[in-house]
Amino acid sequence: MSALPNGLEPSRKRWTYLDNFLTKAGPGSDEQWVPGEETITSLEKSKVLQFLFREADVGNSKAEVAAAFVEKRVRGVKITPYNGKIQDKDEEYYKQFHVIVCGLDSIEARRWINATLVEMVDPEDSESFKPFVDGGTEGFKGQARVILPTMTSCIECQLDMHAPRAAVPLCTLATIPRQPAHCIEWAHIIAWEEHRKADILDTDDPEHITWLYEKALARAQEFNIPGVTYSMTQGVVKNIIPAIASTNAIIAASCCNEAFKILTNTNPFLNNYMMYSGDEGVYTYTFENEKKDDCPVCGNLARNIMVNPDVTLQEFLDSLGERPEAQLKKPSISSGDRTLYIRFPQSLEEHSKPNLEKKLKDLVSDGDEVGVSDPAFQISFKFRLVFGP
Amino acid sequence: MAASATTPPPLQPPSQAPTAKERKYDRQLRLWAASGQQALENAKILLLNSGPGVVGVETLKNLILPGVGSFTIVDEALVEEEDLGVNFFLTEDSLGKSRAEECTTLLRELNPEVEGHGVRTSIDEYVKTLHQERYTLILLIGPSPHVQQLSKYCSKTSIPLFYVHSLGFYSHFSIQLPHQFPIVDTHPDPASTQDLRLLNPWPELSDYAKEKTSNLDSLSDHDHGHIPYLLLLLHYLEEWKASHNDLPPQNYSEKKEFKDLVTAGARTSNPEGGEENYDEAAAANPLSPSTTSSSSSHNPSNFWLIANAISRFHSTHHVLPLPGALPDMKAQSRDYIHLQNIYKSKARQDLAEVIATVRSTEQRLRQNHPNPPNTDAMIDEREIEAFCKGAAFVKLIHGRPLMFANIFDDPQTPGGAKEEEATEWQDSAPSLAMEFHMQEESLLPIYLAFRAYDGIFANPRPRPWLKKPVVAEKQKSMEQHALADLDDIAKMAGLGEKPDTAVLQKNIRDVVAEFVRADGAELHNISALTGGMVAQEVIKVVTKQYVPVDAT
Repeated sequence: MSALPNGLEPSRKRWTYLDNFLTKAGPGSDEQWVPGEETITSLEKSKVLQFLFREADVGNSKAEVAAAFVEKRVRGVKITPYNGKIQDKDEEYYKQFHVIVCGLDSIEARRWINATLVEMVDPEDSESFKPFVDGGTEGFKGQARVILPTMTSCIECQLDMHAPRAAVPLCTLATIPRQPAHCIEWAHIIAWEEHRKADILDTDDPEHITWLYEKALARAQEFNIPGVTYSMTQGVVKNIIPAIASTNAIIAASCCNEAFKILTNTNPFLNNYMMYSGDEGVYTYTFENEKKDDCPVCGNLARNIMVNPDVTLQEFLDSLGERPEAQLKKPSISSGDRTLYIRFPQSLEEHSKPNLEKKLKDLVSDGDEVGVSDPAFQISFKFRLVFGP
Repeated sequence: MAASATTPPPLQPPSQAPTAKERKYDRQLRLWAASGQQALENAKILLLNSGPGVVGVETLKNLILPGVGSFTIVDEALVEEEDLGVNFFLTEDSLGKSRAEECTTLLRELNPEVEGHGVRTSIDEYVKTLHQERYTLILLIGPSPHVQQLSKYCSKTSIPLFYVHSLGFYSHFSIQLPHQFPIVDTHPDPASTQDLRLLNPWPELSDYAKEKTSNLDSLSDHDHGHIPYLLLLLHYLEEWKASHNDLPPQNYSEKKEFKDLVTAGARTSNPEGGEENYDEAAAANPLSPSTTSSSSSHNPSNFWLIANAISRFHSTHHVLPLPGALPDMKAQSRDYIHLQNIYKSKARQDLAEVIATVRSTEQRLRQNHPNPPNTDAMIDEREIEAFCKGAAFVKLIHGRPLMFANIFDDPQTPGGAKEEEATEWQDSAPSLAMEFHMQEESLLPIYLAFRAYDGIFANPRPRPWLKKPVVAEKQKSMEQHALADLDDIAKMAGLGEKPDTAVLQKNIRDVVAEFVRADGAELHNISALTGGMVAQEVIKVVTKQYVPVDAT
């Protein structure tokens, strides 16, 4: 270990407690594992990538502030902050780490890193294989999972566990609101477009939220709907997920614990999903999510998707945004080598646009495989269309 | 920086615009609201710290961030180098200083609104002066020789006591709540809370259903597709009852038949090929649970006064007071609001009746009391309202003394007072015996191993590197204690023959072996995780919201 920034020579005494686990085997640790010097050295040399998502209303880069703070507290650790989009880094960047820990805020970002790490695996090159740990919380509940790309179930395999919340139909918002949230969504989606199209809605700008709140309140009064508040307006518009320090601590520590075990072999790591719920007493459950053969990312079969042959291509593409197994918001679609609808470039969009009005049965046959791509993902998704009601 | 004359006046912030504090705590206020936050800010937490001392500090971190009122750390230790490798709230500058004071300083940086005190003194000395300060809740870090003493003190003073121990890859905590710990605001799943009283509609509701459904067949497609599903259910229930001796569907097959009756009423000739409101009606279960409450206690606390009034309400009407909430459903705005008002006025009417009962009880109590302590004391209407809304989900937890309080006193003679020990499992043995059927997954070995460890190492011991291998010497003795407990549980469970507990026994030995490996050490990951769990429970106990673990 190198000298500390303050000139002191770090002593191993600091790690007295930790060394009990690095230098001694336990009843559960792998029999092949040799505790001692080798484990300590490999832990010291290991590089971990940790994603933090930045809340827009925090001024400084969260990564920089956190890195500087932790480096100061925990002498000997080196932290390189990077403030930017995970999508801007390439395989070479991700290859340098031993374990990747995700603290991401959206399903989309998780799907992106998942697809990247699965694609990266090259059976000839052991350096291309990166275990990753993912965690998430909502209120008193949370989950942690360990993913070994191509070997275990991946995030895409588990996608249907995270169904998007059903959207309120536009006609309800436009004509028959009943709930305060309907009035807020109306202000958000319809009134803003109508009156302030030129401004880009910034949900962190109090003036914008105030405007939406007042519009929503007026609409609610018109329909005698009680309950629109400023706080609710903010919650609906920003889709605020309640969060508390204690749940974040549980999940963050659980992710660290798994990363620690992956790096040191001191005990077997999670296989492969843990959920925690503290709403009523404490309930936690660990199970093994199974790898799916028809997973668009790590499987090789096309995923079956039920469709009504009488719906139009437009309706089908819209439904892909909400179907739990797809969740693709801007899909382009092709069948075999024939493009059915493509968004970019514009010339081709114009060309394929007429297909949107056509019924599915006039474009494809029952059992056809289609490829769907979406600008949010670098891979294409394979679906097998099964005609049904 | 003066604004130019052409700048339009800034938009007036609405009266409801959040304060700085509401902004800071926004994401937690969405869980426990202002009332929970207030309770948290009034709370004074005491941490009696010992051992490596990490798990208690990690717990406090998760209470300081959301804004607990104040915390006090009592810890005899001075900071040594090995603390720096495991405790995030110490730096090199802390070496040689009071661990309580140093942690307090760095913890307070997390939230300047929180008051904190670090006291360097022995826990032995501190507990003698405990009565001088009224704490909301006490965290005692194990192993500790003071479990029994604090357990008694806390049951006498009704202060919740948490006993927490983190050791290597394992940790455990136990909670001792006051003897009666009622929770009104349990935050049940919204889908389960809807008591719509479809089987006992009151006149306003039945009348409105009749008005809206009397001429179903002649309605336009638009109107037919916008009748709120509740009214459809009421309509078809009437139709059903007319041909079934005035009884609602009684069993699974009748419920299915009823569902078919509803589904058959939907129009399918429209462009959508079906009706959303009929789908909603078919999916709903009209037979809402009929919950009974019973209480005959005369404890004159608010909880029991209101519980008694609600019990009276239930025996008169055979239903609980209407919560008044209405789920969203496909409907015209006007009809939905009308229906919502029918539910709200009924809820208010029920509430008024409960309030009246509470008031008359209060008056009677005052008359029977020779010297009324506070003649004007009346229970806040909002408290009664909250109780009525959550009546079906109110919880009462009976606090029990910590099972770690009864541990053998003399570690030299394991199994000394055997007779007495077996009976301490009397209450819990039948449920613990369930573990014999799922030995692989059972957590019982960890619990029993901790009881053994905490009993044997209850007295403060030197830091581990000074006197190795202290724990290894006691390996056999820990195993014996834990296995003896297992035998006692089997005995007290009243099972006919001696159950096969081979797997549990093996797991007990493994956990003990892992304790030996840890040799008194905490792992930061595990203490951080445990600190998160304990903090969740502290918050639930302090805010009296959600449901804490039940004295386990």
